[in-house]
Parts: sequence; C-alpha cells; structure tokens
Amino acid sequence: MATSTRKEDKQDERAQDAADEQASNEQAEKQQDDADAAAMANGQPDGEASDDDQPDAESDDIAEQAQDEKPQGEASGEDDSDEEPQDANDESPAGKPIDVPGEASLEVEFNTYPANSYAHDDLGFEEDDLIEIYRNMLLQRRFEERCRQMYQRQKISGFLHLYIGQEAVSTGSIQAIGLGEDTVITAYRDHGMALAMGMEPDACMAELFGKETGVSKGKGGSMHFFDAERRMFGGHGIVGAGVPLGAGIAFAHKYRGDDEICLCFFGDGAVNQGAFHEAANLAGLYDLPVVLICENNQYGMGTHIDRAMAESKVYRHAVSYDMPGGVANGMDVFSVNKAVRDHVEMAREGQPSLLELKTYRYQGHSISDPAKYRAEGELEGQQEQDAIARLHKYMLDEDLASEDALDEIDDEVKQETKDAIEFAEESDLPDEEAIYDDVYSEDDYPFLMR
Amino acid sequence: MPELQLREAIRAAMTEEMERDEDIFLMGEEVAEYNGAYKVSKGMLDQFGPERIIDTPISENGFAGLGLGAAMNGLRPIIEFMTFNFSFVAFDQVVNNAPNIRYMSGGQFKLPIVFRGPNGAAGQLAATHSNSTESLYSNFPGLKVVSPSNPDDAKGLLKTAIRNDDPVIFLESELMYGLKGEVSDEDDYTIPMGAARVAREGEDVTILAHSKSYHVAMEAAEALDEEGYDAEVIDPRTIKPLDLETIARSVKKTNRLVVVDESNPFASFASEVTHQIQDEAFDFLDAPIARVTAPDTPAPYAPNLMDEYMPSAEEIVAEAKRVMYVE
Ligand SMILES: Cc1ncc(C[n+]2csc(CCOP(=O)(O)OP(=O)(O)O)c2C)c(N)n1
Ligand SMILES: [Mg+2]
Repeated sequence: MATSTRKEDKQDERAQDAADEQASNEQAEKQQDDADAAAMANGQPDGEASDDDQPDAESDDIAEQAQDEKPQGEASGEDDSDEEPQDANDESPAGKPIDVPGEASLEVEFNTYPANSYAHDDLGFEEDDLIEIYRNMLLQRRFEERCRQMYQRQKISGFLHLYIGQEAVSTGSIQAIGLGEDTVITAYRDHGMALAMGMEPDACMAELFGKETGVSKGKGGSMHFFDAERRMFGGHGIVGAGVPLGAGIAFAHKYRGDDEICLCFFGDGAVNQGAFHEAANLAGLYDLPVVLICENNQYGMGTHIDRAMAESKVYRHAVSYDMPGGVANGMDVFSVNKAVRDHVEMAREGQPSLLELKTYRYQGHSISDPAKYRAEGELEGQQEQDAIARLHKYMLDEDLASEDALDEIDDEVKQETKDAIEFAEESDLPDEEAIYDDVYSEDDYPFLMR
Repeated sequence: MPELQLREAIRAAMTEEMERDEDIFLMGEEVAEYNGAYKVSKGMLDQFGPERIIDTPISENGFAGLGLGAAMNGLRPIIEFMTFNFSFVAFDQVVNNAPNIRYMSGGQFKLPIVFRGPNGAAGQLAATHSNSTESLYSNFPGLKVVSPSNPDDAKGLLKTAIRNDDPVIFLESELMYGLKGEVSDEDDYTIPMGAARVAREGEDVTILAHSKSYHVAMEAAEALDEEGYDAEVIDPRTIKPLDLETIARSVKKTNRLVVVDESNPFASFASEVTHQIQDEAFDFLDAPIARVTAPDTPAPYAPNLMDEYMPSAEEIVAEAKRVMYVE
C-alpha cells in the first residue's frame, strides 16, 4: 500500500490515460475548492471586502478549465515534472486537471553492493593503498579500545559512543572522496570518521580529555569533533540535526559552482526525524550534490530498526525524494568503497542520492549501555563478518601482505594510540577565560557578566 | 514514610495515576522495553502492557504532536523527552500548539498532557545536551512549568500535573534521578502547583533555588550558618504559576534576595523573579537582588570549564555576603 500511494509511477502512461478518461465532476468540485484555497492563500478570504475581484476571475477560469479538462489532461499525461512552470503571477492551478490514475504501481531499481563482491584491483587499489586502509581501520579500533579504558579511568567524561565494528564505513567512504576538498558531516558517533579523515589521534584524544589542544579546543567533547581544514563539518549530537546541515553544505557547493560534493552521514535512528525527510526532499528538489549516507547499525539506542521504522529498508526512502537509492554491506570495506564511489559520481553530476550502509556496533550505544537488547549470539554472528578481519584475511589469501607485516601495523597503531594518550595527559586544560571564547565573532562582545 | 529515589517517586506517581485512570498512557523513546533511558519507567511495561507504555522512534516532533492530538481527543498522555534538549525538535508542538489550542478554540478543546524528562546540564555533555528550558517554556502563556527538587515534591506534583487539564512541562534532572528522600505514603498524595516550599527558615538573607540548584543553595546555607549568617532557603517548586507571595513574604523579612538558577542568565527565570520582587517588595530591599546562574555562554565540555559554568555553593555564599554587605 505504502509503495503504490507514495509515488505514482511517472512511466506508467497507460494508467495515466485511463485516469484521464475518468475525469469527473468530483474533480471539478475539488478544483473549485483548490481555487478557493488559493484565494484564501492570497489573503482574500470569503466575504472580506476587496477592491480586487481576482477570486471571481479565478473561479471563472476554473469553470472553463473543468470543461476543458479532458483534452488538457491528455496533453499533460506524461510527466508532470517536464511541464513549464506557470506564470508566477497566475495563482490559479489553470491548465492542469487533477491527475488520478485509475491504477498505479511502482517499480524501482536500487543499487546493491553485497559483501565479497569486489577485489582491490577492481577499485584501483594498490598494495600500499590496502595497507593504508587496513592501518586506518585498525587505528580506529585500537584508539577506541583505549577510549573505553580512559573513560573507566575517568580521564574521559560525558557521553562516549564507540564506533567499534563500523570502521569499514568511515574508511571505505573517505577513500572514495577527495579528502580536503569534498565535505563530510556526521553524527555524534564520530571518532572513527575523524580518524578516517586523517585527524590526528593526538588532538582527538586531547578533545576527549577536554584539553585545549583538542580538535574542538575542549569545547565539544566526544560528540562534537570538527576540523575545518580537512572539511570535517562535525560531529553532531542531536539525532537528525546534521542532515539539513549536510544539505546546506551541498547547497553551498552548488551555489559556488565548485566541483565538490558532501557526504552526509547519519544513523538509522535519524531517519525517523522530520529533519531527515525535510532535508532529503530539499536535496531532491534542488538537485544538491550530496550523498545521504545512512549508517545503519540496526539500532537506535536499544531500539531495533524494525521496531522504529515503518519502512525499515532505508534505501527505499529514496523513492519519496526522487533520487537513486542504494544499499551496501558496511562490513566490507570494498563494498562500501564501491558504493560510495558510485554515489559520489552521481553527486558530482548534481544528482543527490540515498545510500544505506548496513553495519553493526559491537559496543553498547554508549559506554553506560550494557546492550541487553541483543538477541542471543547476535553480536558474535556479526563479529564473524568483521571488516578488519575480512581485510586481514583477504590480504593474506591474495598474498598482498605477510602476517608479520600486518602484526607490525597493529603494533604501530597501538603505539600511536598510546602516544595520543600521553599527548592528551600532558596537554593543558583550557584557560578559565576560554569559556567566553568563540561564543561570538567579536573578541569584545559585551557578555552579561554575573 | 518510605525512602525513594527521585526516579522511583516519579514512577510511583505515574503508576498510581495510570492505575486510577485508563486514559493515561506513557510514550517516549526507550520508555518501554529498555525500561527508560534513565530507568524512570522501569517495570511499567510489564505492569501496563505495550498499549499504554509505548516506545517511539526518535521522532520528538511527531510524538509530541501525537500526544497533543490524543489529548484533544480525550486521552491524558504523559510524553517523555529523553532529555529536554530534544524537546527543541518538537518546539512547534510544545510552544505553538500545546499552549494555544484551548485559547484559540474558545475553550472547546482541553489539552491534559504532561511533557516530562530531565532538564539542564548533567555533567560534561557539551552545549547541545546541557540546555535549561524553564525560562523558555514559561514564556508561553498556556503552559505550566514544574521543576521539583526532591522525590516527595516530584511525586505530589507529578500526580497533580497529570490530573491537570492543561499542558504541563515537568522538568526533572538526570543527576538527581538517584537522589533519595522520604516520600509521603499518604493515600492519593498530591501537592498543588504554585506553592513554594520554605525549606530552611532564616532571618538574614533569602535564597531562592529550584531543582538541582536547590541542593547547592542548601549547601551554601550551611556554609553561611557556620559563619554565623542565617539564610532562608525557598524552593519555588513550580516556575509557573509562581508563588510570588511566599517569596515576597520572605524578602520582606530578610530584606535580601539571591536567586540561584543554573540557566543562562539573559532573560532567565532569575531575571523574572528579580523583576517581580522589585515590583512587589522594592521598599523592603536593602540591597540589589543578586543572582547566581550559568555564565552567558553555551555549556563547554572541558571539566574545569564545566565546573566554572555551574553555580557553586561558594558563589552563592559570596553573593549572599555581598547583599548582606559583609566581608
Ligand atoms: C533529537 C534527539 N533525540 C534523542 C537523542 C538521544 N539519542 C542519542 S543517540 C540516540 C540513538 C540514535 O540512533 P542512530 O541514529 O541509529 O545512531 P547510532 O547510535 O546507532 O550511531 C538517541 C535516541 C538525541 N541525541 N537527539
Ligand atoms: Mg543506529
């Protein structure tokens, strides 16, 4: 039901024609109502004195139009969107009869990217690239394992949402864009994305410790990592709130006419926010160069996606916004990379799209969540598909790296993470006065002092 | 009298009311199967079933509005915001529908609904997760705003709020959910809205503080006591309607007022009280009214900055002394 009413198939000309033949008096009445509504919207409600006799004139138009309906319907039966817009001054819905097809259906194809479908050379990756990809995913994991520990030691406070398990999403995606040129925005589970974008582990850890050397000078904490230079537009703590921002970032790309695109990440939970739907519609309407990427780890806090979303195949929501939709296995860095590349290409041509990356978080929602809502064996099952282990195996199987070399990488990222902790420890807390910094653009803003 | 945590007292109020009236339901994120993000609704799904304890998607605008529609159509919803920071997503429903529909319909539709959840800062959660909303919501005529500081008041006031036929914003506190206190076991215990509580009697200075700040104010009063100053501490309990009479009576006795409110200061509850008291008791004031609030900045993350951000007992003591013209 939902699919057939949500969007009429533009290609289904037969249904369209059948409907046009059924043009009825009801339609004429409905149009009269519409005309009245238009008159109201014009600020001319019934009975209100007005010098302007526009509403009457409009009614006349409508009456004529209703008589003419059938031929006009045939003329416009193909695809509404190709119609020239009416003269802006002409408030009447003239020229278009109401289209109600006698039958409607929907057939849509989506891009799919299952796991184990792509080889590294298909994607143009050399051995060195693979090593970097491996290193990057492993860095995220080791970094966050330490975060957990630092939280337990009370070096980190506030909310701490770990990304462990989802590393293929960040790394695979960032490998598909021009880093430093294309733009990225994400939600609050943002450490992995930051590290994938080359943000320094030192500065990331320092932020978590609330130090002035942190990526947001100790003002943002875990949920609010920013890096203007790398074009990382944040870390956003309010579910769904980053999605309209993503549309806006893409709008600026288009407005300036640069060649850059925006990757806009959000969780499955965010799809239930009005903000997502409004932003997706805007993106579709204005043809914004954005890839809306739903990082579907199957849960919003303790709620499984099936308990939260009437249509839980996220990619299908693309249909409502007249954009291509795709779905990829987010536990395979190659599948992610291929999917994001394809969708980035569309974005560069001014075609927004929605891409669902199916993944899984191994930890609780936040560090204080014991995650009792998982089914028995669910976590273990997901861990068997682990993206890092998958790449590890791939490189060994394909003789692209030795076990020793990969172990060495692990040692290196562990050391990097240790160094980051040391850096964070040694850094200073912000000055007390810093509380007033960066509230406004002026240095001398007259704050209300207590 | 039994000792309950704040979360248990809130749960007890909801449970008793739901047992009494089938039109009441509880809806919000993670309220049912997860037993509440802060375990306030723990066990309620088991008791009342999924028709009355309802998990929602992360769609505040949607479920706040749904609650209002249900209220217009005869039910008495309790809508939980996981925190009031997220009520901003539902701002339109809460401030433009909830308070106005009774008025605009000439009284034909009532909206008996409670929007409840934690308000204010709760540690190092940074700016988006540390908003205090009392002054915002109390600015809209048609809304009532309640903000208790202890389990007993929470229980009595929440029961009253649920029975009230108007939309009530019921502001709790993440950091106080575990706070224990004796709660009346009186059958059908309610506390009227608009009645402040004189928590500590004193002669030298009046300190007004609600919710978390109340506890900081009590700490300050103890510290002042040790220095030989006798502070009167008043908990307004409801922000709107405000029990101006009790506050003014106290000020007429002590001639000095310090308002403590962890909100940002500009156009705050503290500003409002300051205006109302100077209007009501100007001739009795021996010093300008002082206030202790968060600074005029967003909430930071860094631990030292967050300490600086929150009102402290030391600041309250200092302000109390300033208005008493000592030291
Ligand atoms: C508007 C809003 N409502 C509620 C919350 C509390 N909250 C934080 S994260 C979260 C779950 C989000 O799930 P999802 O979007 O799937 O992201 P994930 O945690 O899986 O990365 C909730 C409900 C919030 N931050 N913002
Ligand atoms: Mg999720």
